[in-house]
Amino acid sequence: MEAAIVGIGIHPFGRHPTMSARDMATAAVHQALADAGIAWRDAQFAFGASMDGGQPDTLVSELGLTGLQFVNVSNGCASGGSALAMAEVAIKSGTYDLGVVVGFDKHPPGAFNADPEEHGIGRWYGETGLMMTTQFFAMKIQRYLDDYDVDRALLAQVAAKAFRNGEMNPNAWRRRALSVDEIEGSTMISDPLTQYMFCSPGEGAVAFVVCRADKARSYHERPTFLRAVSHVTRKFGSFEVFSPWLSPERGTSPTTDAARRAFELAGIEPTDVDIAQIQDTESGAEIMHMAETGLCEHGAQGALIESGATEIGGSMPINTDGGCLANGEPIGASGLRQVYENVLQLRGDAGARQVPGDPQTGFTHVYGAPGISACTVLTR
Amino acid sequence: MQGTPIAEGLFTWPSEEPQLLGARCRDCSTTTFPSQSGCPRCTARNMEVVALPRHGVLWSWTIQGFRPKDPYLGPAAFTPYGVGYVDLGDVIVESRLSEHEPERLAIGQRVELAIVPFVTDNPDDDWVTFEFRPVDSSNQEV
Repeated sequence: MEAAIVGIGIHPFGRHPTMSARDMATAAVHQALADAGIAWRDAQFAFGASMDGGQPDTLVSELGLTGLQFVNVSNGCASGGSALAMAEVAIKSGTYDLGVVVGFDKHPPGAFNADPEEHGIGRWYGETGLMMTTQFFAMKIQRYLDDYDVDRALLAQVAAKAFRNGEMNPNAWRRRALSVDEIEGSTMISDPLTQYMFCSPGEGAVAFVVCRADKARSYHERPTFLRAVSHVTRKFGSFEVFSPWLSPERGTSPTTDAARRAFELAGIEPTDVDIAQIQDTESGAEIMHMAETGLCEHGAQGALIESGATEIGGSMPINTDGGCLANGEPIGASGLRQVYENVLQLRGDAGARQVPGDPQTGFTHVYGAPGISACTVLTR
Repeated sequence: MQGTPIAEGLFTWPSEEPQLLGARCRDCSTTTFPSQSGCPRCTARNMEVVALPRHGVLWSWTIQGFRPKDPYLGPAAFTPYGVGYVDLGDVIVESRLSEHEPERLAIGQRVELAIVPFVTDNPDDDWVTFEFRPVDSSNQEV
């Protein structure tokens, strides 16, 4: 039995000094429950994702001690996607009919700070200044621009689009449009990427109520169906964050593997996608992930972006809520934010940033350390 | 030059001609850096430690523009440094670079290994680490 999303909730992303991550998670869960017209006691299971926001299953002390199964999921930047994937399995297996997925986080300001030894890498890697996600993103796009003769000017254009879309999203963190000149002229972080081309670790929460597809309309008049959820780890030959070495034998990325799997499971082609939310931890990632997910050919991004195809009114709208660039990245919530946006868009409830033409099919993609990716295909 | 390697087993030291130490799979020839006991490609556990070539080609690069957080040991007064991946033939290794000016770095550039002091704010430290520098860096034009 397929799974459907029948309730959605979000706590605005950004910085909220007076709120804990658990407060935001609780708010998002209650919003999702109300959207589905159910109470917490009706949930048979929950999957929760958070890196720095606290242990998800402890939310039961606030939400209610009903005795439900509540599993904590931790998969780096893909944690939220993994939690949704597990919920889908719980429904598909026939074990459960109705449950909750919640992702939340609250990271300290500044770049993420991973522990080398937790990643199975010697401490020297961090001590000598190599354990930086920012370096990986910069070196991946640096090589990509060279390999596929992609124009470096696209980096600022992608970021400018993100902030334009963020300006129309009341739940986004960065809500001021920035010009290409402002973006290119901001502090150089890791050549070729400047400060405004990177997303920042942040705060926020997203929650869903999921149920068996055949029961969906009893909870919500416009359910969204999870046609596919995929989650993969890296294979040999991919180029990942925190890699002291790479193989000269180049292979596919986890993004490519997860996207292919999702499209296969859904029985559709990338060209069938009406709206896509793809991981844009920096603007180069959006460019590379456009091709890695199969939404376009490698090297074709320039023509698409220049023609406006990836804008809200374009033929392939991407990151319509402003993506990670405008929303920041609270790790546990980030992948679920993408799904939230697609549900809004498929319901026709996205307001000022609603994609025209009655979109039917949405795609999401997250990528995270140490080389994992999760994708979804959603339909009305 | 004297000094204590930042980690054991990363490179041959002391040495006139230091080399990075990787591991090569006796079954499928996959080479890793640093050395490890299992092969990530064929999953066999039949690796041998090998010394890697001292010369290679810059595969990608960037400049680290801000001071990393803990456990970074570099001085509080931060100076940007270059980071790159260097293609050594059987393996592409990540390394600090001697250059930190974008104009002096380019994909495809010939580079060579050097063991250099890794300066910290602790005067008792005498760490050395590895980096790659452009071949003939004194008058490199790229």
